[in-house]
Amino acid sequence: MYPAQFDYRRAGSVDEALGLLQEHEDAKLMAGGHSLIPMMKLRLAQPPVVIDIGRLDELKGISEAGGSVRVGSLTTHADIAASDVLAAHCPVLAEAAGHIGDAQVRNRGTIGGNIAHADPGSDIPPVLVLLGASVHLQSPSGTRSVAAGDFFQDLLMTDVGEDEILTHVEAPALGAGTGAAYLKFEHPASGYAVVGAAASVTVQNGRCIAAGLVVGGVSATPTAVDVSSLVGSDLSDDAIAAAASGLDAEDPIGDIFASGDYRVHVGKVYGKRALAAARDRAS
Amino acid sequence: MAGVLGTSIKRREDPALITGRGKYTDDLKVEGMAHAAIVRSPYAHARIRGIDASAAEALPGVLAVLTARDVAAAGIPGVVPVGWLLPDLKTPAHPMIAADTVRHVGDAVAVVVAEDRYLARDAADRVAVDYEPLDAVADVVAALEDGAPAVHEEAPGNVAFDWEIGERESVDAAFASAAHTVELDLRNNRLIPHAIEPRAVLASYDSSTGEMTIHMTSQNPHVHRLLMTLASLGMPEHKVRIVAPEVGGGFGSKIHHYADEAIVGLCSMKLDRPVKWTATRTETNLTDAHGRDHSTHCALALDADGRITGLRVDTAAAMGAYLSTFAPAVPTYLYGTLMSGQYDIPAIHCHVTGVFTHTTPVDAYRGAGRPEATYVVERLMHLAGDATGLGPVEVRRRNFVPPDAFPYQTQVALAYDSGNYGPAMDRALEMIGYDDLKSEQASRRDNGGKQIGIGFSSYIEACGLAPSAVVGSLGAQAGQWESADVRVHPTASVTVYTGSSSHGQGHETTFSQIVADRLGIDPEAVEVIHGDTDLVQFGMGTYGSRSAAVGGSAIARSVDKIIEKGKKIAAHLLEASAEDLEYEDGSFRVAGSPDRSLALGDVALQAYLAHNYPDDLEPGLSATSFYDPANFTYPFGTHVCVVEVDTETGSIELLRYAAVDDVGNVINPMIVDGQLHGGLAQGIGQALWENAVYDESGQLVSGSLMDYAVPKIHNLIPFELDRTTTPCPHNPLGVKGVGEAGAIASPAAVVNAVVDALAPFGISHIDMPLTPEKVWRAVNS
Ligand SMILES: Cc1cc2nc3c(=O)[nH]c(=O)nc-3n(C[C@H](O)[C@H](O)[C@H](O)COP(=O)(O)OP(=O)(O)OC[C@H]3O[C@@H](n4cnc5c(N)ncnc54)[C@H](O)[C@@H]3O)c2cc1C
Repeated sequence: MYPAQFDYRRAGSVDEALGLLQEHEDAKLMAGGHSLIPMMKLRLAQPPVVIDIGRLDELKGISEAGGSVRVGSLTTHADIAASDVLAAHCPVLAEAAGHIGDAQVRNRGTIGGNIAHADPGSDIPPVLVLLGASVHLQSPSGTRSVAAGDFFQDLLMTDVGEDEILTHVEAPALGAGTGAAYLKFEHPASGYAVVGAAASVTVQNGRCIAAGLVVGGVSATPTAVDVSSLVGSDLSDDAIAAAASGLDAEDPIGDIFASGDYRVHVGKVYGKRALAAARDRAS
Repeated sequence: MAGVLGTSIKRREDPALITGRGKYTDDLKVEGMAHAAIVRSPYAHARIRGIDASAAEALPGVLAVLTARDVAAAGIPGVVPVGWLLPDLKTPAHPMIAADTVRHVGDAVAVVVAEDRYLARDAADRVAVDYEPLDAVADVVAALEDGAPAVHEEAPGNVAFDWEIGERESVDAAFASAAHTVELDLRNNRLIPHAIEPRAVLASYDSSTGEMTIHMTSQNPHVHRLLMTLASLGMPEHKVRIVAPEVGGGFGSKIHHYADEAIVGLCSMKLDRPVKWTATRTETNLTDAHGRDHSTHCALALDADGRITGLRVDTAAAMGAYLSTFAPAVPTYLYGTLMSGQYDIPAIHCHVTGVFTHTTPVDAYRGAGRPEATYVVERLMHLAGDATGLGPVEVRRRNFVPPDAFPYQTQVALAYDSGNYGPAMDRALEMIGYDDLKSEQASRRDNGGKQIGIGFSSYIEACGLAPSAVVGSLGAQAGQWESADVRVHPTASVTVYTGSSSHGQGHETTFSQIVADRLGIDPEAVEVIHGDTDLVQFGMGTYGSRSAAVGGSAIARSVDKIIEKGKKIAAHLLEASAEDLEYEDGSFRVAGSPDRSLALGDVALQAYLAHNYPDDLEPGLSATSFYDPANFTYPFGTHVCVVEVDTETGSIELLRYAAVDDVGNVINPMIVDGQLHGGLAQGIGQALWENAVYDESGQLVSGSLMDYAVPKIHNLIPFELDRTTTPCPHNPLGVKGVGEAGAIASPAAVVNAVVDALAPFGISHIDMPLTPEKVWRAVNS
């Protein structure tokens, strides 16, 4: 488990990092290194240059303004899980971050690295898609943002361009009457999600006025489930089960631990349970 | 200190280990040290057409690339031997480096030595090996089918051996007249040991003296020296010193002699430089001997009263691509002989076929044969409880060997020296609150939702293989005694040199307790030295839960000899007769005259001064023992596991785990509990998560910790432990052994619990590991 030869550069600012990216072909950014370094040790990734952005304070931190929360790309999972701002405005993101790996992984791993790596078993992607979050990117030619639902393109593939740095994500704060929950079916070896279900429900006068369900782990990218049948319903267990059973994945992923069929089945069960938990939290 | 035996003094090993000061093999750095990287086959079976190392050799800093040709040119034996022979065992050669054929993914084909380990790895990637891939067979059942790819020409049908024990005819008769029979086809899943410290070796050859010092991860340095010199490197035994520094776990994997360690020794000889190699996690998973991997058909016959009348077992046991050190013994003498369990069974027959497959070799792994046997017997007992209507508790109780029947001769060679099985079962039932659990289970069955199950495992184990003559007659190419050299210094502190080399168990603590208790001194006054062939005269090492029972007994014998000699010296000084002397609390006393006494220190000093000394006695106060036990020891116990099964997803949650073990007298309860915890984690891991999976082409698809699930602390629950005490009658300490008990008992307890939970679904068996998908499919089929 020794990586191939590589050069190491540490960037002092986002601009410097962008410059280094331009300068070195096939260079890789390194945030917490918790996905990149394992890939390098297995020699699945052999970047000639690693650009360490881990100390860029400008990309760290969590804030809330004007009804949306903003999380810097270098914010660690531990900081997200413990954030008061998120506890008040978007607790489901903190809940998901708290499920990631172990304490060491949460102390090093970052939200930017997590979504840029785009492992199908990651806990963060389904939550961002559920929330309708936007992912913000910067390149020498400027900044842009992309909806989380469009950001994840395929297995380990995202919309981040070769010359771009992911700077932050922004998500609408959860309003009154909205409950959300993230439920994880953990892989016993890797600790990643075999299936992760993120659900939200908004209730007004005892009736559901909005609901969402996104399931990770069954496909290469997070799978949104059409749960519009819940709108107007009383969110009975039966209604929730029926809605969650709409989970469909054309080409589910499978491995020696869990086949595609089984993942879809568990996605439905966890989807149902996540929706029920979201309902119970909506008040 | 008399009374220190049986107390939980803290492990003296821990301050260094938990502050990062433990020195492991990979921590060692010596002048001129080079690094090896081994080129391994990516194919399970292939012919080597050629090897082109020029690109590797061209890298600056690369010192050598060696292949099988260099082994041949060195004129050394160059093989990795098997150390246990069975009648008609096929023993195809296992070359240190594959010459023309590779037989498993990870088989060594070349080695690169370079100035640093990164360079060595880079260069290894540049060794171009031209392979002609051949058909491979990884599955133990498939390997026995007609037309299966052959692993070795010398072993037609891939059969390494065909072995049986017991009487087939009497078993057939028992089945013919049985009132109840139960039968089962089961797999005992293949496991990867996963010691936290990977295997490592630092070999330092010095051509000026012809001596080689090898630091390595070893459970038994003297055995490694013997095999390394005799079969691999062809060096004189006295020119090789093997040192095992701190060793970070082994679970059996560091008993065996491997090609890699020998290859590194050869590199050092060739280059006349120290050479180090540390396995990566990927390499340990491909090369550390795996455990288990059985396919078994078994059946139990019972009479109308639920008494067992016969047991029939037929097992295909994978050996992997080559016979590892003790491999043939594991599914035979450590498996078939355990089939009587805790029960009085009048007829048993066990047939085992050893099978070559294109996989990593299989050998002893924590429990070695006994977990597999316990799993067979205890799964059948669960089914028998259902078939007879007696339930799991009564069917076991009814068949226990009664306490007055010991010594008890089983139908499968072993003679149990002692045992008292009922009380352990009683205590386990009391701890778990069985009746309450049964009513909780009944109400859940009525109400649906998550189901609970209660599983039992009443196990027997046989520790400390012995005596040597018997073990030898069964095929062992080694003795099974242990040595201890105990030296009392002039100031009455003590150094113990033991052949029982620790790899994390806490020997230094427990062995000091043995000496301190017997000599009546402070354990802090006792130093324990192990793991170095130059310091310790000879030793068999640590495996098979033998260290306390065999190594500890050797130490006790030596201490007794010292006391006897001390009495003669004290008698001389006190002008008394040696027969009138007693030794107590660190003093020699004349019986009946309490004022006439001498402290151990006075006697020890005089032993070295020899100024005022008996004429017929040699100076010095030390004693050596080679202790060869009269029999195995037979720990036993009952474990009860309670699980909750989410039938909607198939997920299993552990709710309770109670274990009542009888390991004889206990030297240090904390260490005994720790051994149980570790063993339970591994046994529960086997039942629920761990699985070495090969695909059809022989690739190990669960070769990393991303796919192979070693239990983590948050997967487990607090274990509820208690003990009964039936001392071993034939060793001086009355101890039996505890290193493997947890791993032996627990797989059956867990699986029985899950099957019990799923009884309403008509499920009577699911193969390990009980992954959620398997459970869910069983529930829905
Ligand atoms: C033992 C272990 C267990 C884990 N368990 C889980 C789990 O249960 N759930 C889970 O979701 N994850 C898990 N992870 C992954 C963890 O969350 C990682 O931290 C995360 O996936 C990557 O974050 P990082 O900061 O370490 O990124 P890095 O490893 O530094 O980078 C990962 C990739 O993202 C790119 N990148 C990083 N930052 C940026 C940026 N700002 N802009 C553009 N590209 C960028 C890098 O170039 C690289 O390609 C686990 C990891 C480990 C090692």
